[in-house]
Formats: sequence, structure tokens, C-alpha cells
Amino acid sequence: MIFTLTENTSLSPTVYRLVLEGPHGSVRPGQFAQVSVPGLYLRRPISLCRWDENTVTLVIREVGRGTKALRALPCGSRVDALLPLGNGFDASLAGQKPLLVGGGVGLPPLLGLCGELIALGKSPTVLCGFSSASDSFLTEEFLSLGCDVRVSTLDGSLGTKGLVTDLMDACDYDSVFSCGPRAMMKAVFDKTDRPGQYSFEERMACGFGACMGCSVPTRSGMKRVCADGPVFSGGEVIW
Amino acid sequence: MKDLKVSLGAVTLDNPVIPASGTCGFGKELSNWYDLDILGSLSFKGTTIAPRDGNAAPRVAECPAGMLNSVGLQNPGAHHAAEWELKELKKLFHKPLIANISGFSERDYVEAVEVLQQDSAVAILEINISCPNVHGGGMAFGTDPKMAAAITRAVKRVAVKPVYMKLSPNVTDIVSIAGACVDAGADGLSLINTLLGMRIDLKRKKPVLANKVGGYSGPGIFPVALRMVWQVTGAVDVPVIGMGGVSSAEDVIEMMYAGAKAVQVGAANLTDPLACKKIIEDLPRVMDEYGIERLSDIRRVE
Repeated sequence: MIFTLTENTSLSPTVYRLVLEGPHGSVRPGQFAQVSVPGLYLRRPISLCRWDENTVTLVIREVGRGTKALRALPCGSRVDALLPLGNGFDASLAGQKPLLVGGGVGLPPLLGLCGELIALGKSPTVLCGFSSASDSFLTEEFLSLGCDVRVSTLDGSLGTKGLVTDLMDACDYDSVFSCGPRAMMKAVFDKTDRPGQYSFEERMACGFGACMGCSVPTRSGMKRVCADGPVFSGGEVIW
Repeated sequence: MKDLKVSLGAVTLDNPVIPASGTCGFGKELSNWYDLDILGSLSFKGTTIAPRDGNAAPRVAECPAGMLNSVGLQNPGAHHAAEWELKELKKLFHKPLIANISGFSERDYVEAVEVLQQDSAVAILEINISCPNVHGGGMAFGTDPKMAAAITRAVKRVAVKPVYMKLSPNVTDIVSIAGACVDAGADGLSLINTLLGMRIDLKRKKPVLANKVGGYSGPGIFPVALRMVWQVTGAVDVPVIGMGGVSSAEDVIEMMYAGAKAVQVGAANLTDPLACKKIIEDLPRVMDEYGIERLSDIRRVE
């Protein structure tokens, strides 16, 4: 599917936002796109942050050659992307008071989820973890959805100083949705007895289930992060 | 009207395009993108007698003009494949199937062949003696002419379907391996499997793949594959299925001029799920451009 890049904005020194315009199928929160990168062979899996009928928004952290090349694309570029892929979050399993815990570039898929939870009449609390104020992003977007947003930074330069999981203690919640570094998600899982859905990442080739390139062991056998995930229930994961 | 039919011995295919084993699972995922019945055949996921979880992640890595994989033959095992995956596949695909079979001993190969050949849709047994991602088997059989011949003979003793040995490019002289397989009774050959490769992550100062090494595939290996198909078809008299980096209708036809009777498409499916469909739809135009009426008329260049 060919999209037109209509926006490419820096959100922090390492994080940027791309808006792709073009018709696409209906999206569930937590699904992702396989984005073709000029000059590279494999597509890059990128979570879908927001979407409407004719656009999708990707919020991306520059970590390597692929994400660097995408950041260099000028507006008006044609972008080849397969989407939506993966199973995504099941918002219908959320209680009335879901807790969303995101670390760094794990936050983008939680923004789309947050919007859906609010549309379902839920009252989400969002915990955003960053290392420092200078690399924070998306907090304004969560606030503008009208939900309870709490921020932590490792150096205390924004919000509460410490780990994002420290913020969980003061929260009243009945279900958990999380995306971020694996160690952070494990800390979330270890800290709660509430049902939780956790979104993982893995190096992928196809992104649609054919190659087994991203399979990982789970309590219910080998699962493909791309097609069986990227979202897994906490009890299914071998932490 | 262009004629795309090709023959692999007694097996006739509507066209030469076959998604390669390991890039199309058991068909279900590609069927979400197009009607599988447009394909000439389909070589399903490499199957072993016992189920396998495969290697640890990461299993894939970016390469110039291609990728590395070290999946390691993750598969549900021959019995489960015969009872579940093949039944589902036959609802989606109604053409001759290629059963890709791997093992760690002669007995493994023989038992998996006995299970999988019972399905009437399986037209060809593609015996993988070239997987670079498993230890104590796989490629070890495909890099020694005596061992390659021994597996061929063992499989031929029980096979009731044509046996195509799938060869490794990771050898000094692929022609001698091909000859050993044919002398041992192989009905045909499939080549090439992936080229053993490696990437190192400079930030982590560690191999990118958890398995450290993996198989290189993609357009970067096409000239190597083409050369090996051309060398082998110059030396043996059985049908050869050519593969390795094939990504376009032009590549398919070039591979046939190297002597291949049919062509598998591998890594291209992973970067574009519609790759095989686009190639099949493009073949008549490319045939017209080069004055080819029937693909079966193509003769190996000297």
C-alpha cells in the first residue's frame, strides 16, 4: 500500500512523528505497520499511534539505519507500508479503571488505545516513563484526551523522580496495558495481580506470520510476535 | 496467448512460480493477500518428523540486497502437519504441492517422507539436505557427496513420489554433490538454499543473530544461484527447480535460461506478500518483450 508522507516532525532529539495519508483498513490499538525504507531490504515494524479514515500517525525513535532513513524523508514522499498488522490490544477486556504504563517509545501505541478506552466510557490512568525531560514526548496528547496522566523521569527533571513502575503504587486500577522496554514490562507484571496485556517488539522479516522470523517461546508454545502478538497477556509471557 | 505451463518430469505446473519453503508457511498467511490457486505450486514449511521450536530470537538481520535468517526449522512435526496444516492448506490451494522435508538422520528423513507422501496433494518430495541453521544434521548431509547420496538412496527406497534433493551452496563443488544425488536415484534437484552469513551489531559488539550465523537470501544471491543452476544443469539430466534471490518475472525467465524447469521465490515474499502474484501477472509481458511464446520452449544457454 502506497501512502503520502504529509508530516515529519521532531518530538524530541531522538523521537519523531510521521503522518501517512492514504486509504487503509480498520485499525485496532496496538497494531503495527511494516514500513519499507529506501535503500534497505527488510521493512521496519512501527506501531500505529493514531489513525483516522485516511491517515495513520507513527511516532518513531531513531535507533538505527532504518529509523534514521525514515526521519530523513521529506513531506510529499511516497511511503510503501503494509498495515494494519498484528493482533493489537483487546480494549473490551479492560475494566472501568484501566492503567496504561508506557516507557519511552512504548508510549505511542498506548495513545491510540487510550482514545479507544475513553470512547468505550472507561477512565484510564496513564503512566509515562522517560529518562529525562528532554526526551519526553506525547504527554500533551494524552492530557488532551482528558485522562489522568502521571509522568516519571529517572533524573527527576520532569514529574516524579524514579521508575515509572513506582507510580503504580498510588494508582487505583482494575486492568493493565503496557508497552516499553522488556525489563519495565516485567516490573509492571511483577507488581500487579490485575489482568494485563503487554506489547512486545522483535526483529521481524515479513511481519505477517509467514517466515517465523520473530517467534518467541511463550507458556502456550512458540508464538510469532508479528501475527500472534505483538500484544500478549501477561500470563502467557515467559518473563 | 502466452503459455506459462512447465513440466517437472511427469508433474505439470500451470506456471513455474513457486513460493519457497520457509517463506510461505503452510499457505494461510499468503492466502490473506491473494488467491493461492494462481501459483504453479507451493513448497510448504520445512517439516521434520518431530516438532521443533527453532532457534532463539533475533532470527533475522538486514543485509545488502537481502537478509539473514536463523529460524532453525521451527515446525509442528510431520504428523501434526499431515493432520492439520495440510488439510487447511488444501482448502486454500488445489494444485500440486511440494513437501519440504528435513531431518537429523536417515531415519528422520525416511519417517517424515512416509508420513507426508500419503497426502494425495503432495506431488514432489523436496528433501532439504542444506539447512544452515541446525546443528548435527541439515546442511551436514548436503556438503558431503557420500552423505548426500546416502540420504537420497534411503528416501528413494520408501518414496512413492518424485524425490528432489535441495542442495546447499555452501560447498566447494556443487556439481559433485548434484551428481552424487542423481547417481543415487534423485528424480530432480532444487537449488540453492541460503548462503551461510553473519552480521555483527557494532553498538552491542555481538552477533546480530542469537544463533550467531544464518542463511543469506535475497536479490544479492541471485547471480550465485543462477551460476550454480547453470553449472548443475550442464552436468545432470534431471529437472532442476532454480531458486535464490528471484524477485521479478525477468529473474524467473533468466533462471529458466540457466536451465531451471521451474523457479521458487523466497525472500521476496517477505518484503512484499504480493511478490509471487506480481511476478505471475508480469510474466506474459516479459515473455512478449523477449519473444517467448511458451515457457517450456526455453532452452538452457550454453
